[in-house]
Amino acid sequence: MKPRVLQLFTSGINCDRELRYAFELAGASVKVMHIRELIENPAAIRDCELFAIPGGFTYGDDLGAGRILGLEIARFLATELEELHARGGSIFGVCNGFQALVKSALLPRVEGVKISLTWNFSHRFECRWSRLLVAPALGHVLPVGSILPAPSAHAEGQIVLADGQHDVARLEAANAIALRYCRADGTPTSEWPDCPSGSIGAIAGLISPSGRILGLMPHPERNLSALHLPDRGAGAWGTGQEGVAFFRGLVAPYLANVTS
Amino acid sequence: MNSTAWRVELELESSRFDPLGAAAVAALAARGLPLNDTIRVGRGFLLPGSLERAQVEVMVSTLLADPVNETARIVAPGAVEADGGKSLLIRRMAGVSDPEAHSTARALQLLNIALPEGAHIETYRSYRCLGAIDSALLLEVGARALGNPTIEEAFLGNQALGLHPTAVPRTTKRRDIPLRNLDVEALSAISRAMSLALSAEEMLAIQDFFVAQGREPSDVELETLAQTWSEHCKHKTLTGPVAFEQLDGDGVVVAARQYQNLLKETVFYATQKLSPDWCWSVFKDNAGVIAMTDEIGIAIKVETHNHPSALDPYGGSGTGIGGVIRDILGTGLGARPFASTDVFCVGLADMKDADLPPGTMHPNRILEGVVAGVRDYGNRMGIPTVAGTVIRHPGYVANPLVFAGSLGEIPRKYVEKAARPGDLIVAFGGRTGRDGIHGATFSSEALHEDSESIDAAAVQIGDPITEKKVLDVLLVARDRDLFTAVTDCGAGGFSSAVGEMGEELGAEVDLESAPLKYAGLSYWEIWISEAQERMVAAIPPSKLVELQQLCSTADVELTVLGTFANHGRLILRWFGEVVCDMPMDFMHGGVPQPCRSAIASAAPQNATQWPLLVDHTLLLPRILGHPSVASKEWVVRQYDHEVQGGTVLKPYQGEHGHGPGDGSVVKPRLDLPQGVAIGCGIYPRMAELDPYAATANAIDEAIRNTVAAGGNPHRTAIIDNFCWGDCRKPDRFGSMVLAAEACRDAAIAYGTPFVSGKDSLNNEYRVHGEEKSIPPTLLCTAVSIVEDCERTVGTPLQKAGNHLVVVGITTNDGGGSVAADMFALEDSRVPRPCFETAPSVFAALHAAITQGCVAACHDLSEGGLAVAAAEMVIGSSGLGANIDLARIPASDTVSAVARLYAETPTRFLVEVHAEQLEHFSGLFRTLPWAAVGVVQVGGQLELRNGTTPLLSLDSATLRSANCVQA
Repeated sequence: MKPRVLQLFTSGINCDRELRYAFELAGASVKVMHIRELIENPAAIRDCELFAIPGGFTYGDDLGAGRILGLEIARFLATELEELHARGGSIFGVCNGFQALVKSALLPRVEGVKISLTWNFSHRFECRWSRLLVAPALGHVLPVGSILPAPSAHAEGQIVLADGQHDVARLEAANAIALRYCRADGTPTSEWPDCPSGSIGAIAGLISPSGRILGLMPHPERNLSALHLPDRGAGAWGTGQEGVAFFRGLVAPYLANVTS
Repeated sequence: MNSTAWRVELELESSRFDPLGAAAVAALAARGLPLNDTIRVGRGFLLPGSLERAQVEVMVSTLLADPVNETARIVAPGAVEADGGKSLLIRRMAGVSDPEAHSTARALQLLNIALPEGAHIETYRSYRCLGAIDSALLLEVGARALGNPTIEEAFLGNQALGLHPTAVPRTTKRRDIPLRNLDVEALSAISRAMSLALSAEEMLAIQDFFVAQGREPSDVELETLAQTWSEHCKHKTLTGPVAFEQLDGDGVVVAARQYQNLLKETVFYATQKLSPDWCWSVFKDNAGVIAMTDEIGIAIKVETHNHPSALDPYGGSGTGIGGVIRDILGTGLGARPFASTDVFCVGLADMKDADLPPGTMHPNRILEGVVAGVRDYGNRMGIPTVAGTVIRHPGYVANPLVFAGSLGEIPRKYVEKAARPGDLIVAFGGRTGRDGIHGATFSSEALHEDSESIDAAAVQIGDPITEKKVLDVLLVARDRDLFTAVTDCGAGGFSSAVGEMGEELGAEVDLESAPLKYAGLSYWEIWISEAQERMVAAIPPSKLVELQQLCSTADVELTVLGTFANHGRLILRWFGEVVCDMPMDFMHGGVPQPCRSAIASAAPQNATQWPLLVDHTLLLPRILGHPSVASKEWVVRQYDHEVQGGTVLKPYQGEHGHGPGDGSVVKPRLDLPQGVAIGCGIYPRMAELDPYAATANAIDEAIRNTVAAGGNPHRTAIIDNFCWGDCRKPDRFGSMVLAAEACRDAAIAYGTPFVSGKDSLNNEYRVHGEEKSIPPTLLCTAVSIVEDCERTVGTPLQKAGNHLVVVGITTNDGGGSVAADMFALEDSRVPRPCFETAPSVFAALHAAITQGCVAACHDLSEGGLAVAAAEMVIGSSGLGANIDLARIPASDTVSAVARLYAETPTRFLVEVHAEQLEHFSGLFRTLPWAAVGVVQVGGQLELRNGTTPLLSLDSATLRSANCVQA
């Protein structure tokens, strides 16, 4: 049996097709459920190894991106999701899904750190490719220090922390930073355009200490072949294999479990 | 009077930079109100005054305010804010949709916070000035600079601000409009008073009909006829008879032609003559459909939304894209939208406020608004906006154009639809409000100075998430076979949707069943409202329960409005009373079509006098910064052009994403190799001189965009969008006839059928009694099938040592070109494509691309060869080009300046792999082409004429010249 991904759907989710395709390429089977069905039957979460929240504009981003979905998750799904996590399952959110994970407090799970995702420094929606430096905390998914190229496409991707750089240090100490925006040479940066949002600490993605709750702003599910790359595989943006490798890495633990 | 509501304003913490505040300061300064300090912008919420402070504080901390970076200012009901005179509050007028308020109310339920019975919430924006400010000036200037007076109202922070009162239900009775005994003047007066936009002949035809019926019409019967017969819905001008005369330079008639139905005998004729088997649906549905594979079709439609965008650029363009997406959803039994296009035509950037015609917005503000509207609607829908352009021309200052296109994917078995008698008429999606009343008739009238104040109801406010839900549910319902027909509510609202679906059947509708945004609408308003995000479907009664369950899970409201019949009549009831009972025949066939006169003046035939001595080092950067040539990357970066993961050739290309592409290539299905290439062509400057040539060039440009990217010219469909002035005036109509003839001739020559189209007439503006038309504007959109997306090429240069080849002949004709505009040249002959060789050139280039000879390819359009070469350098990773103009295919009499900047159609600059030149040559044989240079390392663009160097500029210089925003 293939690893089972349960993919959330609700009003305004719009990156569901490509996320599903990416998981299927990586060897998983994907079931899509509307949040209303899940609220009626949260136990459905017990039938998956990986719970995924795609990108989009849930509820129009009204009251802040991911805010209302975050409230719904916290109120109706958090118990089952915590159980999924406790028994070794994973939770993954991309873009709006990441925003919802942060706003439902499923991430970053570091004591005392007050975090939010807010408007890009430019106060504009930005669609451009980013390079993401893999931090040690994500070493079980991709090689540490390697670069995952992926398009950013968001308006509210700037991570802000109540205690600024002190909180960055806390996140770092807790191994909660998964991915950082970086330049072509691999140096992390918060500066536009390499970092589209001005995110503090160049943070592009966060991960739980367990390594199994992961969220990121850019879209690796839009980098599944060399044709997707801005330079179409000439080399400046990798080979076009990095996105698939990322999803294989997410699915890998359950491939092993299921086949053994 | 004090405010009766709680005011909550959430501002960024004072230590954080507020970009919206900075933008507000700039907007006020541009309107003549400089400030000596900054502004803090707040997200405002008006909450019912009966709430306790503790409740308000809980709402703020748990829901409204960001937990990290916002602070809340709370003003209690009845309290007067100290320093309130330094704050400007802008909120929507009563009845204007407020989706965020709606979301807030729903989120409160999640938190178990109950609002008082019947109470609601509203949102607004606050602008708090930190320094000294003259309150009266802030209110006066700010209302326009920071708000849109058509749909928003402004207050000072020390003024009373209460929630809008709740509307009261109206129990109107049937109202008749006596007209059987009226003379022509009195009939016309009724048309004007009711904003029907019906002509005297049309009013007389209606009078005849009701005299024969022996009764007076009701208001809703007149409104229905006005909608159905509107130019917007009926296209009377293009489908009516016309007597055409061509004048020569001395004003003598040199040719005369008659058409009974201009569109049928030109655009449709071409399609009919070609009628390829890969066209599955043409000109009969909401969009045309062509085959991508044997099983999957591509639905294509491009719409205009000009007049609403002039009044409210943001709402107008957003609902423009929303409307064309619904066209795709309403094609066949529903297509799935996978790509959008947008083209904007606005006035010049450097226009002074004082020179603006009264009642119009500055072109830059219009452009920012329309870009933001497409961005916010398209991005929320999750449909990539992948192609388009921005045209600047003084003729659009008072009447901007907004074109929005959508492409959808549809299985072949869903292409046909037919409602059956007994099927239920079901509306689903958004609710009906007063928004967009008279949009169809409004768009058929010229704009005028008072448009801003009196046509507010014609403005439509979008709610993309509601439309996204409709999209999601519709495709599931389609796949479960739950309906027999579906269409969108566009112009004319229910009246058009039900009227068109029931044209062959008849329909009965109970208007009181329509769900309303607020009470108080009369039955005729419900019937013609153009409220957004609504679809109408025909449902077999046995499928209703399943559809209801599906909609309930997806949070989509569904309502049974009535039934389709077999009596051929339209019957409307209002709480049981019949308010409309007319035969469908009269509605759809009764409009009189008078013969119109069309007169075209002669196009200039004199040769273009290019300047002899030009400093290209100075000129090329200026041309790269010309509004028609300058990079539009700033627009594209705001659009999510990669969502759905199928954008495999992007609008801006290359390592740094700075190289403008020709056609974008999108894969609607990630698991298939096929895709579509999308291109646009538009030449209003040329059309002012020679509408025939300009139209042929626009078609050529759209096709060469897609072919340059790798699209198959033999599987290319095109779409026309005519935006013209008032075609009741013979000179306006004259240029339109020539354009329609060019459409016919080019489509037949290229073998590219028109599959869909739309016209928008009366793009005129009355000011001080003078009537001004926009430039004649034909947008051609081309969609080509790509058999294998791996076999597509971009524009950035790829490899040093490769050959550079110019394909196509360059002529001296420079009329209407960017360079002619720049040099202010006297009007001269406009270039035109050679219909004999152009299709062979496209075919040979396509073969070269699919056979792997081509590393990069860029079509030559605005700014000619010089601009194309510069853009290929700009997009590359540090490569340059060395080109010898003496070698390009052209007669010896064509000067170097013309060779560089002329805009002759059907030309390309092609990078051919070093070892493939011979193969390439074998494909082109006797067609016009020449190897003119090489790709070189170092990022330098070097142009010479034989041995004479003309220009040497580096990539960074070219890029910065090209990168002027707006």
